[in-house]
Amino acid sequence: MVLNSIEKLLEKYENGETSLKEEQQLKNYFSQETVAPHLEMYKPMFAYFSVNKQEQFTKALPLKTKKVFNYKWIAVAAVAVLTLGYYFKNPVVSSYEEYAYGTYSNPEEALNEVTKQLAMISNHFNKGVSTVNYLEEVNKGTETLGYLNEMQNATNIIFKKQ
Amino acid sequence: MTQTEFLNIVMPFKDKVFRLAKRLLVSTEEAEDATQEILLKLWSNKTKMEEYKNVEAFSMTMTKNFCFDKLKSKQAQNLKIVHNNYEDGNTSLQKQVELTDSVHWVAKIIEGLPEQQKLVIQLRDIEEYDLDEIAKMLDMNNTAVRVALSRARKTIREKLTNTHNYGIK
Repeated sequence: MVLNSIEKLLEKYENGETSLKEEQQLKNYFSQETVAPHLEMYKPMFAYFSVNKQEQFTKALPLKTKKVFNYKWIAVAAVAVLTLGYYFKNPVVSSYEEYAYGTYSNPEEALNEVTKQLAMISNHFNKGVSTVNYLEEVNKGTETLGYLNEMQNATNIIFKKQ
Repeated sequence: MTQTEFLNIVMPFKDKVFRLAKRLLVSTEEAEDATQEILLKLWSNKTKMEEYKNVEAFSMTMTKNFCFDKLKSKQAQNLKIVHNNYEDGNTSLQKQVELTDSVHWVAKIIEGLPEQQKLVIQLRDIEEYDLDEIAKMLDMNNTAVRVALSRARKTIREKLTNTHNYGIK
C-alpha cells in the first residue's frame, strides 16, 4: 500500500508535478534504512539532496564598511597649511626687510655709519687709482723710443751722401 | 541599516547562496568567494535593499548571474577550476560506504547536467523552493521550470539505474 503510493509519487516526481509536501514524503521514505529493492537507486539521490542541504557557508564575511579615503580631508589639510603658512609668513618677511635695509633709529649714529662707509669706499677707490699711476712709466718708455728718431736722422744723412 | 540588521536579513539564505554557487562553480573555494562577493555587493547596496520585494529571491538571481559571469570569464577559460572536494558534505553518511559511493555518483551526474537543469534541481530538490519562486529567480516561465526539473530528475534516475545495475545486468 505504502509502496504503491510511493511509486505513484515517484512518477509524479519525475514529471515535475509533485508538491513540496509530496517531495518531503518521498525524502522521508528514502531516508529509511530499508527501501523496496527495485527503488534502491533512488536512495542515493534523495540522500544526496538532504546531505547537500546541510552544507553551510563558513567563510567569514568582512562586513566592515570599507574606509574609503575621503579626499575632502586633503582639502581641509591644505587650507589649514595655507592659513598657517600665511600667518607665520608675514612677520618673517617684515623682519627680513628690516635686516636688508638696515635702518637706524638714531640719526647721529646713522651719519657716523654713513661717513664710515664712505671713507672706506674712498680708501679703496684711491688704492685702485694709485695702481693706475704706473701707466706713467709706460709714457716714459715711449719717450725713450723718441730717440729712435735721432737714429733715423743719422741714417738719412748717410743715404743722402751716397 | 546597521550591520546586525543586515546580517539578520542575510543569514537565513547565505547557505543557499553558497550551495547554489557551489552547484554551478563546483569548487568550494570558488563558491565561497562568490558567496562573499554577493553578500558584499548586497551590503554595499544596502540602502537599496529595502526596495526589493524579496531579498532572498533577488540574491539567488544575483548568484546565478554572478556564477554564469564567472564561468564565462576569461579566467575560467584559461584555468580550469580545480576542485577536489567530493568528500565534503558526506560526513553524516560515513557509515554507509556503499551509499556514500552512490552519493558521489549523484554529485557527478548533477555536475554533468546542463546548467539550467542544475539550477532547477538545486533550487527545487535541495533548497525546496516553490516552482513559482524558481521561475521568478531564473527568469523562466513556470512550465519551462517544470520541464527542466522533470528532465533533470529523469536523467539522474536513468544514470543512477545504469550505475546501480552496472556489472549485474
